[in-house]
Amino acid sequence: MLELDVTIEQDGFRLAAALAVPRGARVAVMGPSGAGKSTLLGALAGFVPLEGWVRWQGVRIDGLPPAERPLSLLFQDHNLLPHLTVFQNVALGLRPDLRLDAGQRGQVEAALAAVGLEGVGARRPGQVSGGQIGRAGLARVLLRARPLILLDEPFAALGPALKRQMLDLVGQIATQNGATLLMVTHDPADARHLCDSVIVVADGIAAPPAATAPLLDNPPPALAAYLG
Amino acid sequence: MRWRADPPLIRPAAALVAAVLVALNLGALVMVALRAEGGEGWQAADTAALRFTLVQAALSALVSVALAIPVARALARRRFAGRGALVALMGAPFILPVLVAVAGLLAIFGRNGIVNDFFGFLGFDPVSLYGLHGVVLAHVFLNLPLAVRLLLQGWARIPAEHHRLAAALGFGGWARFRHLEAPMLARVVPGVLAVVFLICLTSFAVALTLGGGPRATTLELAIWQAFRFDFDLGRAAMLAAVQAGLGFAALAALALVTRPEAALGGLDRVAPAPPGGLARAFDAVAIGAAGLFLLAPLGAVLARGLPRLASLPAPVWEAAGRSLIVAAASVVLLALMAAALTLAALRARWPEAVGMAALTASPLAIGTGLFIAVHPYADPAALALPVTALVNAAMALPFALRALIPAARRAEAEHGRLSLALGLSPGAHLRLVLWPRLRRPAGFALGLGAALSLGDLGVIALFSQPGSETLPMQMHALMGAFRMADAAGAAVLLMALAFGAFVGLERVIGGRHAGA
Repeated sequence: MLELDVTIEQDGFRLAAALAVPRGARVAVMGPSGAGKSTLLGALAGFVPLEGWVRWQGVRIDGLPPAERPLSLLFQDHNLLPHLTVFQNVALGLRPDLRLDAGQRGQVEAALAAVGLEGVGARRPGQVSGGQIGRAGLARVLLRARPLILLDEPFAALGPALKRQMLDLVGQIATQNGATLLMVTHDPADARHLCDSVIVVADGIAAPPAATAPLLDNPPPALAAYLG
Repeated sequence: MRWRADPPLIRPAAALVAAVLVALNLGALVMVALRAEGGEGWQAADTAALRFTLVQAALSALVSVALAIPVARALARRRFAGRGALVALMGAPFILPVLVAVAGLLAIFGRNGIVNDFFGFLGFDPVSLYGLHGVVLAHVFLNLPLAVRLLLQGWARIPAEHHRLAAALGFGGWARFRHLEAPMLARVVPGVLAVVFLICLTSFAVALTLGGGPRATTLELAIWQAFRFDFDLGRAAMLAAVQAGLGFAALAALALVTRPEAALGGLDRVAPAPPGGLARAFDAVAIGAAGLFLLAPLGAVLARGLPRLASLPAPVWEAAGRSLIVAAASVVLLALMAAALTLAALRARWPEAVGMAALTASPLAIGTGLFIAVHPYADPAALALPVTALVNAAMALPFALRALIPAARRAEAEHGRLSLALGLSPGAHLRLVLWPRLRRPAGFALGLGAALSLGDLGVIALFSQPGSETLPMQMHALMGAFRMADAAGAAVLLMALAFGAFVGLERVIGGRHAGA
């Protein structure tokens, strides 16, 4: 169970969130642009200062450095270092100093294979497609096997079919790792496809998760205005 | 970001570098101020030196920028075979030893140069290169390429979308200039003028070779003369104080005119075709004339000097060895200072400011201060080479930081969070995130530092005794003795060392495929 009761203030922007997410849940984070969806994820990951507390399985995590929190976060961009190979980028999830033994190399290869990147490991991010960059990021999430996965729209630049493939892969990884998923999305179809509940972020408040289908069938005013 | 611990030594190291630089600049200022009584006080000749310093710097800046605008414009909008090479050539005079440039200009425009041969053929009197116009010509030769490159960046910052918009709205040449180019120039030109002005303000080697006398002496040259000819430390100190004050004032002015540039990058680089006809001919003339102006003097030096290279006298080779040692020491110092300040600049603003002002008091003002400080206790000549290495490193530091700090900040902005999320240690962060993005600018910076140090004729001229000359000093002595063929040979050697060191360090440190 992820529980939080926080207030985030940044340059006149203010967001309050008091909510709980059950373990294993898949939650979409939706709301108008600039409402604070990315900020909420950033605060959970430790990049945005917050007032209040965040607990995972009853233990406070808001005082931990980002790397020690029980979560993996995929940013909108810059998830891979451009001068390292795809293999090395994934391996960073296992050994941040890249000194891998044979067993660890095998684990990285297995993670690459699991996301459909066999034979791509030696290339650099600049030499592979957008979809393959997304897969590499997910391979690292798989390899780190943290119980919480945060996605800040890492696939926003991909076409609809490719994005759907990525989300299916996310679903698989979440199942495989038994992970809880929080993902920012603009697309109600994505939320319906993958998520059992939705956190609506609007008007300075992140609401507790509500079941996806009823919420989207009958959205609250702020979300309705945004969905159009 | 609040989670990452700095590597433990960064802050003390940066503080130490800052202390050395402040001591070098302000300490020199204090020393010269204490000593600046001057037997006969401020003289008419000193006023003339001050006036000449300002006039030549202003003229050099104006002429360089005025000539650079059409060249940069032509290079920005034309694509032709050899364009890349020409833009690269624009970087060459910056690392070209000043004396080599002077030798080249003398070969073309000097009394026995090609231009005067042509004038003589036409029946005109020969034109002399010595005096204000010679000094300005040399400064333009050395700074025109820098101005072109800075302006070229300005043109590159006009988004391609704006050019398309101009085409879509049917802008003519004038409207294009008024709405796209003039606003850019208004932002960029003051900064370029200020940079060239600042560089020419501390001109020593050019004034030493092409100026001199009551009507063409810069303050730096006057400091040197007070030292070398009269050994009047009080007078040298007074002049140095004025020179340093001028430097601080000019730097403050530069900070005022160069506002931080808002990033306005276009999404792509495909601009519509440039205008043809007369504009095309004009661009061709601008590019051709600039290329000829920059290449002919270098060609002349090579033609005269290459045959003499093998038969250069032994002292020249010994001086070359000393120059290499000084340059190596200078590069090591530069690397240490730049590394400390760049890493510290990721957390704070002051290291950048300190580094950019590394040599605000001029080299000869600093040299005078050091001389006065050391003179009572030790033989300053013994310090000639170490002091030169240190001053050379400080000279190159602003350029190094200008290349390194933005790259480091970009790498940090793009990948700092990822590195934190993955828990990279400071060492792994440095090795995996920062260094791959920094090695190319680092290679450029250290190569530049080596070339500047090899070619520098400045503070060493104050300290050095016979037997401890560097290669530029040796070359100057040959020119002074009118051994022009040997001087040309030394010039070729100097040029080869400077370019070789630059290219070598850039390759070895920068790597061929560094960055991505």
